[in-house]
Amino acid sequence: MRVMVAMSGGVDSSVAAAMMVEQGHDVIGATLKLWAGPKGEAPTAGCCTVSDSEDARRVAAQLDVPYYVLDYTEEFMSGVVDRFIGDYFSGLTPNPCIECNREVKFSRFLEQAAQFDCDVLVTGHYARTRRDDSGWHLLKGADPGKDQSYVLYMLGQAELERVRFPVGEQTKAETRTYAERLGLRTAAKPDSQDICFVGDGNYRDFLRGRAVETVQPGVIVDTDGRQLGTHAGVIDFTIGQRKGLGIALGEPRYVVDIEPSTATITLGRKEDLATAGFAVASVEWVAGEPPPAGVFDVKVRYKTEAVAGRVVASPGGATVEFDQPQAAIAPGQAAVFYRGDEVVGGGTIVAT
Amino acid sequence: MLYLDHAATTPMRPEVWEAMSPHAETIYGNASGSHGAARSAKNALEEARERAAAVLGAQALEIVFTGGGTESDNLAVQGAALAGGGRGAIVTTAIEHEAILETAAFLAELGCPVRIIGVDVSGVVDPDDVAAAVDDDTAIVSVMAANNETGVVQPVRRVSEAVKKRRPSVVVHTDAVQSFISQELNVDDLGVDMLSLAAHKFGGPKGVGLLYVRSGVGLKPVLHGGGQELGRRSGTHNVMGAVGLATAMELTTADRDRFNTDVGAARRSFEEGLRRRIPDLEVNAPAGGRLVQHSHLRIPGVRNETLLVRLDQRGLAVATGSSCQSGAATISHVLAAMGFDDRRARECLRFSFGWTTRPEDGDSAAEIVADAVETLR
Repeated sequence: MRVMVAMSGGVDSSVAAAMMVEQGHDVIGATLKLWAGPKGEAPTAGCCTVSDSEDARRVAAQLDVPYYVLDYTEEFMSGVVDRFIGDYFSGLTPNPCIECNREVKFSRFLEQAAQFDCDVLVTGHYARTRRDDSGWHLLKGADPGKDQSYVLYMLGQAELERVRFPVGEQTKAETRTYAERLGLRTAAKPDSQDICFVGDGNYRDFLRGRAVETVQPGVIVDTDGRQLGTHAGVIDFTIGQRKGLGIALGEPRYVVDIEPSTATITLGRKEDLATAGFAVASVEWVAGEPPPAGVFDVKVRYKTEAVAGRVVASPGGATVEFDQPQAAIAPGQAAVFYRGDEVVGGGTIVAT
Repeated sequence: MLYLDHAATTPMRPEVWEAMSPHAETIYGNASGSHGAARSAKNALEEARERAAAVLGAQALEIVFTGGGTESDNLAVQGAALAGGGRGAIVTTAIEHEAILETAAFLAELGCPVRIIGVDVSGVVDPDDVAAAVDDDTAIVSVMAANNETGVVQPVRRVSEAVKKRRPSVVVHTDAVQSFISQELNVDDLGVDMLSLAAHKFGGPKGVGLLYVRSGVGLKPVLHGGGQELGRRSGTHNVMGAVGLATAMELTTADRDRFNTDVGAARRSFEEGLRRRIPDLEVNAPAGGRLVQHSHLRIPGVRNETLLVRLDQRGLAVATGSSCQSGAATISHVLAAMGFDDRRARECLRFSFGWTTRPEDGDSAAEIVADAVETLR
């Protein structure tokens, strides 16, 4: 089989490439250049740095496979970054990694891999795929601490047919051991953190730098509409935020609502954050069609545990109702539905 | 492997390596010294300077050996703009190599006025446009002899005439890095005061080049130090490189007719073969106005990066003409200057033939490319 391995320069994709080579496949490595400086040069910090692509290149050389850096800066800017900025200014809490997977890696890049006569695209994600009589299934990674199935829920049958996640079958520790055994230079490289294109700074500085003219000051109010203070812009807040509000009230207060049209931030108590249910848009079902209404484990952000909720599909969307109200459901984040280890589907939270 | 990226670099001619190798082992002296070992090196260096000068119709002391084309361009533009402690204005074109354009941008930060002249849709600069941008402040005009991406030949002689007519004191420079292998260059015929060459583009070693500087032209050095090259370029002389450069220049001159015949035949059969199977193929150059070794093509509907990888998989090495440090393709400033939008620019590839190309390589390449294009369309 000829396989295209998306190599970021990290240990996971390095090992994914090595595993494919050891399994005897005809491997091509590629790094997607997603982000560039003003003159098109590779950045020196954050993602897509020269040192990252150099690590990927050197690993590919060690594995004796061809390696390319492919330019996806336009697709990444229009499909991911512009949307990320727009979402924040709309009071949403976007997840750009999911948009990157949807708009770039598992769409345009998957197509390009096919143009290179590659049968499958391999990435270093911690997730597993299985095929049975009913079709392809997407499962959590074998390492519960590293599972990345949440950011892959958009993969349907057509995509799952053409992707493989070899490191998802093992733990992160096993991945590092594998890299050490082969002497890969990325064996001890730290995991990447945060939003890749924001780099060293925080995302609020990034947003101010990108769209400073749209940052409007506004007021902070309580749930009864009483003004508590002012703020410099809605991009400084996310739903459920407790720290950095710039207001001392003697008891914990949380951001419970963001209204970008009036630049109003509403603070409330923890119980005001609780949500009994929400609607989901742009829903993708892994099986290609929605399951009957029922109770699933629902994960509403990358780093929280899934909780039980009743999911009812509607055309192109779904509604979720929890048995127990849940705190800090943030519109813009993804809701992903699981049955045990299996991803059933997911979509974007639009309203609570 | 079929190598059609000779414009990026081309293999060293075996005779060049033969001429260079004694300077690695037996003639190793520092040419600036006073003993016998130094004298041997110095003799070889100055002989190389005379040989290089003769090829260009120049005097020996008008040749400054440099670390390559980029350094030659930096020295020319920076040296002339800052000569005499001034902040002279620079007039150049939108299609120059980055070695010129980025140097000009750097000098703009230092306070030198910079005027960038556009080109027409076929990629040619108008000498009158260049001359019209020259004024009392202008220190240097730099117009390349032929573009490194498209191979489009520029009217350097007419630029020089028009500029000198307007202001005789303005220094005219040409970056001839890409053109020397197929075009005879004589500095008086061209009417230029400075000219850049890089050895590795015509069968010499990488890391060595020259800047021709007409006698009497004042230059502020870029590299400061021991004052080698008459103070114009400090640093221990790269004798081995200079010998390789001069040898490659002579061999290129002697081989040029054969080169133009063979490469011309290869390119003709390549483009004819391609056109039979890809009728909407576009050649990005005016008829009769490009270097014989360049075939810069647009294949509508096929992304250049994807085609490049497909061709690499089949053992054919080509280039998108413009790439960043990581190797990813970027939008070419040359094509942008010719009015290409991003989509069209991303459908262009550069095929460049070289001294090792055989006439029959054109047919083989056309077949590989047409096959790849048909599977991608």
